[in-house]
Amino acid sequence: MRHDPAYRFLADAQSGTIRIRRSFAAPRQMVWDCHTRADLLDQWFAPKPLTTKTAAMDFREGGQWHHAMVAPDGTEYWGIVRFDTINPIDGYTTTDFFSDAGGARNTALPSSTWDVRFEDTETGTRVSTLIAYASPEDLRTVIDMGMEEGMTATLEKLDELLARLTA
Amino acid sequence: MVRHMENNQPELDAVFHALSDPTRRAVVQRLTQGEATVSELHAPFDMGLPSFMKHLGVLENAGLLGSAKAGRVRTCTLNPDRLNAAERWFEEQRAFWQGRYDQLDGLLASLKGETDET
Repeated sequence: MRHDPAYRFLADAQSGTIRIRRSFAAPRQMVWDCHTRADLLDQWFAPKPLTTKTAAMDFREGGQWHHAMVAPDGTEYWGIVRFDTINPIDGYTTTDFFSDAGGARNTALPSSTWDVRFEDTETGTRVSTLIAYASPEDLRTVIDMGMEEGMTATLEKLDELLARLTA
Repeated sequence: MVRHMENNQPELDAVFHALSDPTRRAVVQRLTQGEATVSELHAPFDMGLPSFMKHLGVLENAGLLGSAKAGRVRTCTLNPDRLNAAERWFEEQRAFWQGRYDQLDGLLASLKGETDET
């Protein structure tokens, strides 16, 4: 079985944080572009079978990316990524909101802050992401909502997911 | 720092730790299909039985796995209750990001003109 040592995913329910680290076999500028250009984000940000749809992209500090992840049945999950700080091509910080199709932020639901950093490695680029919720309760709200909306796995779905992880 | 801990928090951490390893995730995956003997679980892995038993021990300590011995055969079962909403959500997020990054690999490869696809 294949294990990708370049991929690390650490979740901490106590602090409400998720740390993800992944290495890519491509130059930093190219990896940066894929994270910050809508035409490129649309090609990878939502994993199969979801697809990504950009409504508006304004990549500057204070600007935002309004986008949806679209399920095969057509259901759209809208969100807004607000760019708080940008330091090309070292990193950026964002605040991630749920929204509607019109671009109105849903402030009743928890937001999360993202700190995304890009580093050169011997073979390419390493991307480190720290996602932080304001509190464990906020994270719990998102989890519960995910369960209600059916976006999260049943045990059978987990089976498929684990199969992909360990394939 | 103000903490609002749930009583099961240390157990939750043990579950996260148990699921942080690919071998243990594969065992959990296999057990979602039904009970299996230790030798059945061990068969797909290219590792010694003592090392494999350590992995089973981690899963058992996390409460994910139960086992019963009948004669010389030990049969393992999954305790699905332990895979509660939070753990499933985190596992899905992990897979979600993996799927997302696998696609980015493909995009980067095509941007570099290195894709093997024609």
